[in-house]
Amino acid sequence: MKLRSLAGALAATVALPFGLAQATDLEVTHWWTSGGEAAAVAELAKAFDATGNKWVDGAIAGSGGTARPIMISRITGGDPMGATQFNHGRQAEELVEAGLMRDLTDVATRENWKEIVKPASLLDSCTIEGKIYCAPVNIHSWQWLWLSNAAFKQAGVPVPKNWDEFVAAGPALEKAGIIPLAVGGQPWQAAGAFDVLMVAIAGKDVFEQVFAKKDEEVAAGAEIAKVFKAADDARRLSKGTNVQDWNQATNLVITGKAGGQIMGDWAQGEFQVAGQKAGVDYTCLPGLGVNEVISTGGDAFYFPLLEDEEKSKAQEVLASTLLNPKTQVAFNLKKGSLPVRGDVDLATANDCMKKGLEILAKGNVIQGTDQLLSADSQKQKEDLFSEFFANPSMTPEDAQKRFAEIIAAAD
Amino acid sequence: MTALTRGSGRPNQWLRNLNAKIASIPMILTAVVIFLGGTIWTVVYSFTNSKLLPRLSFVGLDQYERLWAAPRWIISIQNLALYGFFSLVFSLVIGFVLAALMDQKIRFENTFRTIMLYPFALSFIVTGLVWQWLLNPQFGIQSIVRSLGWESFSFDPLYDADIVIYGILIAALWQGTGLVMCLMLAGLRGIDEDIWKAARVDGIPMWKTYVLIIIPMMRGVFITTLVIIASGIVKVYDLVVAQTSGGPGIASEVPAKYVYDYMFQAQNLGQGFAASTMMLITVAIIIVPWAYLEFGGGRKRG
Repeated sequence: MKLRSLAGALAATVALPFGLAQATDLEVTHWWTSGGEAAAVAELAKAFDATGNKWVDGAIAGSGGTARPIMISRITGGDPMGATQFNHGRQAEELVEAGLMRDLTDVATRENWKEIVKPASLLDSCTIEGKIYCAPVNIHSWQWLWLSNAAFKQAGVPVPKNWDEFVAAGPALEKAGIIPLAVGGQPWQAAGAFDVLMVAIAGKDVFEQVFAKKDEEVAAGAEIAKVFKAADDARRLSKGTNVQDWNQATNLVITGKAGGQIMGDWAQGEFQVAGQKAGVDYTCLPGLGVNEVISTGGDAFYFPLLEDEEKSKAQEVLASTLLNPKTQVAFNLKKGSLPVRGDVDLATANDCMKKGLEILAKGNVIQGTDQLLSADSQKQKEDLFSEFFANPSMTPEDAQKRFAEIIAAAD
Repeated sequence: MTALTRGSGRPNQWLRNLNAKIASIPMILTAVVIFLGGTIWTVVYSFTNSKLLPRLSFVGLDQYERLWAAPRWIISIQNLALYGFFSLVFSLVIGFVLAALMDQKIRFENTFRTIMLYPFALSFIVTGLVWQWLLNPQFGIQSIVRSLGWESFSFDPLYDADIVIYGILIAALWQGTGLVMCLMLAGLRGIDEDIWKAARVDGIPMWKTYVLIIIPMMRGVFITTLVIIASGIVKVYDLVVAQTSGGPGIASEVPAKYVYDYMFQAQNLGQGFAASTMMLITVAIIIVPWAYLEFGGGRKRG
């Protein structure tokens, strides 16, 4: 008797989650947890809820490096969510190859994604063997230098217009007790900053030769040596940034404790949440003001293969909601990223976003490193650059040698 | 072992205490399938080029070659050696000294014991966070000492690549010595009062009694403690994640973190398995001699 009631209680606890999860509830996992990001994701949830379904938010704190292992182990472990964020490119490649992800080609043809998604490389990154597996939601570019106007005023130097001026202004900032360049301790930040320096200083062609063609001779060559020289400057200027998370580092710029930060355009959301205005309180330099090129990496939603038919239908609805023009505008304005379709009106975009749109229209774009390199090579790069930025005794020459080895071994 | 040498005329050893043996079958199966099976699976796949998902395409020793060429792995091993050596020495010494002091029939012994053991009740994550704050130069020990007037005081081990591992060691010792003390205290309580009386009659100084008589008598306790500490050292992970996430740079990386990062973040299972196999070998190097000393050769324990 006692045993039976116990079993009943157990069954109830097991049944409860199923009871809550109605057929049209869709759990969506993502790692958008900073202020600006959370505001943006709320727009997506609102748009999806308006279709009569329910967005069950599965935010995972601690940036992609923490969130992706959780997402992947849920999918491979047989407990898939309704939809999940990845940076499109190679992060979900093997999940797709293993047949764990859902083919979205039907939705994509019906809604004509091939025509509306601009630039086309975004959809290419979602395409594996001719089938489309993800819905891109935004374009994120890494190549931005964010500057605090207040910090430069305090140091008594004009706000720099490019990387060289910024490096030259370093000593003045330091004298005023300001950290010239904020670089957070998370490994991906150091690696990302280096990629930005590379495209700004060595240019688009060298970037493509190294990361797309994996040419180790170029990686060991003179052009990249210049980039390492600049990274050495960046390392010197970033001394004293004792913070971990990227948004804490951005906050140093917002509060004028740091002069600038090399960070993707997602940093813009933080400036917005803090009530700052582009051009007045902060300045942005795409391509570090040297080479105005932006990468078109970004976020996309992938949909695990589900058995529940109702949920599968809800997945289709979500996929088309994500690319809906209205959702695109509302989401990207809050997020500080660029929309994936060229036909939407972004009249309310701020200065920095307009700069980004212009560069995009000119076609000065490169693929992001997440699209070009496997997660394994990216991790090795992160190990290298987090060591390089933290350890002043590591020479640029040594670092370049190891960088070339990573490129040589990349697949 | 003796079960295998039959034929001495005694009844079959396998059938002795049959009920107990049947009852332990599930646990034996669990141990064999999960522990042994999982271990063998991991070792086998460490010779493959498995990426995100395991697949059986063998690449020989490639993963191991890459592992031992990776600066981060070398730093992890060095850190583990430093951390291991000092945490072993200090937790044994401090633990024993505390236990010996506690054994002097002091007042409020229960209270002190509770206080000393309390940190052990906290998880490594909490310990790590507490010490991350304490050692943070902006609002930890350094800022308190500076606010007391010693302006040039500088103490920020977690932000100095050369000494960061000692910052982690401090937190580990704070957390772990209480347990060592309790184990030692139990050992000391197991020593017959008459030994102390005899030593006193012979006029042997107290420290000499401890070093030459009591400690050799506590051999069993020491070995158990050693194994507990050593296995804790090899698997250290959460403390590092909470305190420094391996930083600054890669200065405080440890092997367990390498395994996790490469298995899940880098989506390279083969590399992670190779690293975890190396960790298994380390554990085996520690456990096997102990098991031999404790159970081997049929000699009686100390």
